[in-house]
Amino acid sequence: MAGRPEGGASRIRSRVMHFGPHLLLAALEGLVTSAVLALTALGLSLVFGVMRIVNVAHGEFFMLGAVLAWAVSTAISGHPAVGFVAALVIAPLLVGLAAFLAEWLVLRRLNYNPESTIVATIGMLYIIQQLALTFYGPEARPVEPPFSYRILLPWFGYSGYKLSVVAASAILLVLTWLVLTRTKVGLIMRATQYDRETAQAFGIPVERVYAGVFAIGAMLAAIAAVLIVPISQAHYLMGQDPLLLSFIVVIIGGLGSLRGTVVAAILIGLSDGIISVFFSPTLAKIIATLVVAMVLVFRPQGLFGTAPR
Amino acid sequence: MADKNGFFDLSKTTLSRRTALKGMAAGAGLALAPGFVRYSQAQSSAPIKIGFQLHRTGIGAAYGRWYDRTSAAAVKAINDAGGINGRKVELVIEDDGTDPARGAEVVNKFATQHKTDIVFGTLFSHVVIGSAPAAGENKIPYFVVSEGHHVASTKLNRYVFQPGITDVKSQIQSMAPWIAANAGKKVTQIFPDFAFGYDHRDYLPPALKAQGADVIAQIAIPPTESSFTKYFPQIPAETEVIYHVMVGPAVLTFVKELGEFYGSQRPQLFGFMDSLEAVDINSPGLEFLDGSHFWEGSPRYAQPDDSAAQKAYRAAVGIDDNGAAAGDPKDVSTASHMFGCWETLYVVKKAMEDAGYKGSEDRAKLVEATEALKEFAEGPEHPQGPKTFNGKIHQCFGIQNISKVEGGKLKVVHKTKIEDGLYEPEGDYTKQAL
Repeated sequence: MAGRPEGGASRIRSRVMHFGPHLLLAALEGLVTSAVLALTALGLSLVFGVMRIVNVAHGEFFMLGAVLAWAVSTAISGHPAVGFVAALVIAPLLVGLAAFLAEWLVLRRLNYNPESTIVATIGMLYIIQQLALTFYGPEARPVEPPFSYRILLPWFGYSGYKLSVVAASAILLVLTWLVLTRTKVGLIMRATQYDRETAQAFGIPVERVYAGVFAIGAMLAAIAAVLIVPISQAHYLMGQDPLLLSFIVVIIGGLGSLRGTVVAAILIGLSDGIISVFFSPTLAKIIATLVVAMVLVFRPQGLFGTAPR
Repeated sequence: MADKNGFFDLSKTTLSRRTALKGMAAGAGLALAPGFVRYSQAQSSAPIKIGFQLHRTGIGAAYGRWYDRTSAAAVKAINDAGGINGRKVELVIEDDGTDPARGAEVVNKFATQHKTDIVFGTLFSHVVIGSAPAAGENKIPYFVVSEGHHVASTKLNRYVFQPGITDVKSQIQSMAPWIAANAGKKVTQIFPDFAFGYDHRDYLPPALKAQGADVIAQIAIPPTESSFTKYFPQIPAETEVIYHVMVGPAVLTFVKELGEFYGSQRPQLFGFMDSLEAVDINSPGLEFLDGSHFWEGSPRYAQPDDSAAQKAYRAAVGIDDNGAAAGDPKDVSTASHMFGCWETLYVVKKAMEDAGYKGSEDRAKLVEATEALKEFAEGPEHPQGPKTFNGKIHQCFGIQNISKVEGGKLKVVHKTKIEDGLYEPEGDYTKQAL
C-alpha cells in the first residue's frame, strides 16, 4: 500500500500561504459560520427561554427554510436577486406557519409538558424530513446568490456574498434585540418567560404568546437557512448539523439568554473556522464538545444564563 | 418524571371490542403483506427474488433513486424476454439509509425473512464493507455495484461480487497516463475521508509515479463537511493539477468554493464524476468547471458515436440526451455508476442460467458459475462496453471515459483500454470454503 507523500500536510502548508492571510481566511470562514449559527441558535434559545421546550425539530425548520427558498427562487424567473428576496420573505413566513400549526396541533395538546414535547418534536423531525424527501427529493439543489461579486485579496479570492451574509445576520440580530427590549410584544414575551402564572394573572394570553414564539423561533432558523442556501445547497438532511451546533451554542451561552447566544455563536464559529483551518475539523468539534462539558460542570446555567429560580 | 397528563397510565385505557377487532384485522393484513408470502422453494413458477439493498434515504439517496430506476428497467427488459430460466424476476426493495449497520440488518432480513435468492445493488463502500460479513454468514450471494476496490482486494468474502462496474484501483491505473501526459505532473489530491477516498489516496500516487508524475499533497475531507474553503490553503502553490473526488450532498458547494478561491487563475482540474453525479453541470457557480476534465464510467451526455445498445439502454432507463430524466431536465442521472446495475443484473441472469439455478439450495452453484465467467461482450446486456471478469477476485474490468466540459456539456475525449486497468490479483476468493 502506498502511503501519503512524506512530510504530510504540515510541511506542505508552510510553503503555501503565510500565517497572516491564512488566519484571515480562517477568521472569515469562522465569521460566516458564526453569523448563521447565531440566528439559528437564537431561535432555539427563544423557544426554550419562553416556553421551556427543547425543540429537537429546530434543525428541520432550518432545512424547510432552505428547501422552500429553492422552490420560491426557481418559481420566479428574472434576475436571481428577485427570486432570492422573494425567498427571503416567503420561505420564513411559510415555515412560521408550519411551526404555528405544529404548536397548535401537537405541543398545545401536550400542555407543553417538557418530557412529552421532546418526544413530540423528535417525531416532528422525522415527519418534516421524510416529507421533504418525498416532495423535494434526495438531491442537493442550488439557489443562485442575489449577486456574485468575488472579492480579490492579494492572496486568495473570497465570495462577496458570504460577507453580506455576516452583515445581514448582524442586522437581524440587532432587530430581534430591539423587538425584545423596546416593544410591547417583547415585553409580553419577556414577562411570559419570567413567570408564566403571573403573566397569565395579568391578562397575558400565554397560549398565544407560546404559539407566536414557536413560530418566530422557527422563522429565525428559516431566515438563517435562506441566507446560507446560495452557499451550500438545499438538501433534506441539512438540518442535523445546525441543530447540534445550536444546542452547543445555547448550552454555552445560557438557555434563554440572547446576549449569551450571540457571544457563544461567535466563539464557536470562529474557533471552528480557525481550528479546522490550522489543525483539523475533527479537533474543532472535539474542543467544542469539551467546552460544553466544562460549562455544564462549572457553570450549568451557561456563561450568561441566570440560575433557575 | 411526573406523568401529570396520565400519558403512560395504562389503567385508564380500556380495550374496547372495536379496538381489538381493528388490531386483529391489522395483524391479518400484515401477515398477508407481500413480504410474508411464502412460495415453496421447488415451485418452478415462483419468481426469482432479488433483494435490492437500496440507498433510498441518507447521503446516497440521489444515487439510490437512479439505481432504483435502472434496476427496474433492467428487470422489466429481462422479464419481457422471458425472465431467468423461464421464471420471472422480482425485486424486493429494502432501504438501508446509506448506513453500514442498517445495511447488515437489511442483508439479514433478505436472507431470513424475505428469503430472496441473492442480494444486490449496494453502492456506498462503507455500506458494502459493513454488509459483506452478513452476506457471508448467511451464505447468500451479494452482487454490489460499488466501484470501490474492497471486493477486488479479496478482503471481503466469497459471496461478494462486483461484476458490473470497474473498481477504483483499475480506473485510476488506466487514467494515470492520460493525466500525466495531458494535465500536469504535480498533482494535489482532494478526497473524502473514508474507504472510497482511501482507494484514491492509496492507488493514485503509485499509478502516477509510473508515469513520471507526482502527488505533492493529499487533502482528506470528512464526508459530512459542508464548507470547504478552509481546506484550500493546503493546496501547494506549485500544483499543476487538482485531482478531486467528492461524494455526498455538498459536492456542488465544493466546486463552487474552489471557483471562488481560484477565480480564473486555477490549476488544471481532473475530477471524478462522483463529484457531480445527479448535479446539473450548468448549475450556477459551476462555470468555473468549463474546460476541466472528468472521469465518467458511462457518459452522461449522448455522444455522436453511441452504439445502438447504448441508445436502447438510455431509452429503457428513461434518460434524455443530456442525461436527465426524460421530461424533467432538473432530474439529473447518476450515469457514471447506474449502468452497473443494468449490467450486474444481466451477469446474474447469465450465471443463474449457467448454474441451472432453481432455488436457494443452489446458491453455492451460483457462486461457482459466476466465478467461471470470463468476459462480457458489448451489446444490449452490456451497453457501457466490453468487460473481462476475474473470478478469483470477483471483479470485472472495463473501459473508462475521460470527458471535457465544453459548452455546458461533457464530451468524451479519451477512452481507455481494458488492458490499461489490469493489475496483479491480491488474493483468491475461490480458495475460500463455500
